[in-house]
Amino acid sequence: MDRERQLDAMRRMLRIRRFEEAAMDIVRKGQGIAGSVHLCIGQEAAIVGSCLALRADDFTVGYHRSHGHPIAKGAALGPLMAELMGRRTGVCRGKGGSMHLADFAVGSLGETAIVGAGIPQAAGAAYGARIRGSDQVALAFFGDGAANIGSFHEGLNLAAAWRLGAVFVCENNLYAMSTALADTMAGESIAARAAAYAMPGVAVDGQDVVAVYEAVRAAVDRARGGGGPTLVEARTYRYRDHAEYGGLDLGHRPAEELEAWRARDPLDLHRARLLADGVSERELDELAEAAAEEVRAAVQFAKTSPAPEPEELLEDLWATPVGAPGHGPGPGPEPASTPEVVG
Amino acid sequence: MSGRSGVRTLSYRDAIREAMLEEMRRDPRVVVFCEDARFWTMPTNGFVDEFGPDRVPIMPISEEGFTGAAIGAAMTGVRPIVDYTIANLMYVAWDQIVNHAAKNRYLFGGQASVPIVFRAAMKYANATAAQHSDRPYPQLMNVPGLKIVVPSNPADALGLLKSAIRDDDPVVYFEPLRLWGAKGEVPVGDHLVPLGRAAVAREGRDATVVAIGDAVPAALKAAEGLASDGVEVEVVDPRTLVPLDTATILASVAKTGRLIIADPAHKTCGAAAEIAAVVAEEGFASLRGPIARVVAPDVHPPFSPALERLMYPTPARIAAAVEAAVADSHPKELTAQ
Repeated sequence: MDRERQLDAMRRMLRIRRFEEAAMDIVRKGQGIAGSVHLCIGQEAAIVGSCLALRADDFTVGYHRSHGHPIAKGAALGPLMAELMGRRTGVCRGKGGSMHLADFAVGSLGETAIVGAGIPQAAGAAYGARIRGSDQVALAFFGDGAANIGSFHEGLNLAAAWRLGAVFVCENNLYAMSTALADTMAGESIAARAAAYAMPGVAVDGQDVVAVYEAVRAAVDRARGGGGPTLVEARTYRYRDHAEYGGLDLGHRPAEELEAWRARDPLDLHRARLLADGVSERELDELAEAAAEEVRAAVQFAKTSPAPEPEELLEDLWATPVGAPGHGPGPGPEPASTPEVVG
Repeated sequence: MSGRSGVRTLSYRDAIREAMLEEMRRDPRVVVFCEDARFWTMPTNGFVDEFGPDRVPIMPISEEGFTGAAIGAAMTGVRPIVDYTIANLMYVAWDQIVNHAAKNRYLFGGQASVPIVFRAAMKYANATAAQHSDRPYPQLMNVPGLKIVVPSNPADALGLLKSAIRDDDPVVYFEPLRLWGAKGEVPVGDHLVPLGRAAVAREGRDATVVAIGDAVPAALKAAEGLASDGVEVEVVDPRTLVPLDTATILASVAKTGRLIIADPAHKTCGAAAEIAAVVAEEGFASLRGPIARVVAPDVHPPFSPALERLMYPTPARIAAAVEAAVADSHPKELTAQ
């Protein structure tokens, strides 16, 4: 990873961290984020390292804990925050919310709240690129909980059987909601499952953005070159609970475990690397301040944006609405040809 | 392929095949996902030779997986036709169809288009028992975001499938398998039937029978018999259940004052229930008597042909319902026209 990209990695991780902290703050103060909110604080390196390995026109599919993924892919922060607040300026016009961010302008094909469901969709986006004669790659993000659902296995099998340009990135944060992975999987490695689908399976330190980048970069190169899919397991940790429960904690994790992971915070690790590489404290502080300012502006944009108008309830359902020309009830019925049942 | 100039005779099955062939030749982004697509009984037999293995890929038995893949491909510019071959197999992919194909456009504020045609052949009346014999369109009528088509003859099978393939929304295309062998005249050329437009399959003044799928030929046969008794039945074929052409149905009921709905699907919350509700809400003043439904009872299709033949609308059952409706009517002058 060259210096410029290393700085970009820092910038993007900072954006995500500050964005998530701002969202947490709005939830805590009851300032207008309704519903379920799943924060990815602690997992920034896995997200940013993966997205930096992609081209701007490559595709990503996310999951319920996916505020960070469109940010890492380059989405503007204001419409993302406005979406969390259900505003009409939201990236999904207030229809999707926290669990369904999507920004097609940067190749973010959307997040699903159904665990594992995005995996075959990413395989399909890779298949679509083949049909369109494009070398775009599609990358699916998902958690460790998804590794036990059918769509994981069906998606990996299809991608491997058809040799698609897909990359599967599992952010293994050790817990599916409150349930420890060790209690639901007989083996210890998700990456090892790749062998069953005759694709490479790579386990990587998910706290190290450069390590993730290099692993995913190799997978992306392979995918783009026609070599087929790869499964990457980034071992990471979420600092927050499964979701923001208004101060409630599920209490399913030992406190010392959280502290051990915090000691390897992905932003701190990368900052230390950059300092060791000769980047100045001042330059890093400026990056941090710039990210904080971007997020402050995004919050300001969201809070001052209007709610959707009542008529928007019925909008965005159809691409070709009922009643469009040549479509839907028209001036009158047409006579049908009379069927003749044979036999 | 013979007959008058401008018309050819095709079976329902061959009309489906022809629609896919024409659209795949027209648009290189149309692809087919179908298990055993190369098998000789399939309408897609031979497609791989013309279109190649990328556009007609070999499918694992993996409905959830390949439906998800179709969605990912559709959101990025491809137009998949997903053939479940047996309608019940859609249930395996229910999450992808209901939670994703139907919802992604709305969830993402209009950013996504999911132009997929889901083909579902319904094998009822075929002694394949309950897991191969469902008519699941009422379940999907309850899911906003899906257009739903049930063609009843070869011309509509062709024209509606071509329109469905060109539509930018997900369309579920239900085929009563026992119509596959039915032959009919199909216009030559680029024959398109618009989605959301009902057809009046037969005109009549005394009673309206709204019939769905293979209840249409049954209703036409019933109408023929009743005509010899002096009862003129109008048969309306909605063709598309979502969007439903309520204007054509209401206009027919306004003319006849009597409504019978014939549908091989279950009674509770079915297409017939929806049509009855629309007429009760918007056409109540036209009615000269109660609405009648000739539908399947709320029980699973049994294996035994002796039992299964009791399930679905037949010409005799439809005719009996029409006769009862005619007998149980107010004089026309008492309706508030």
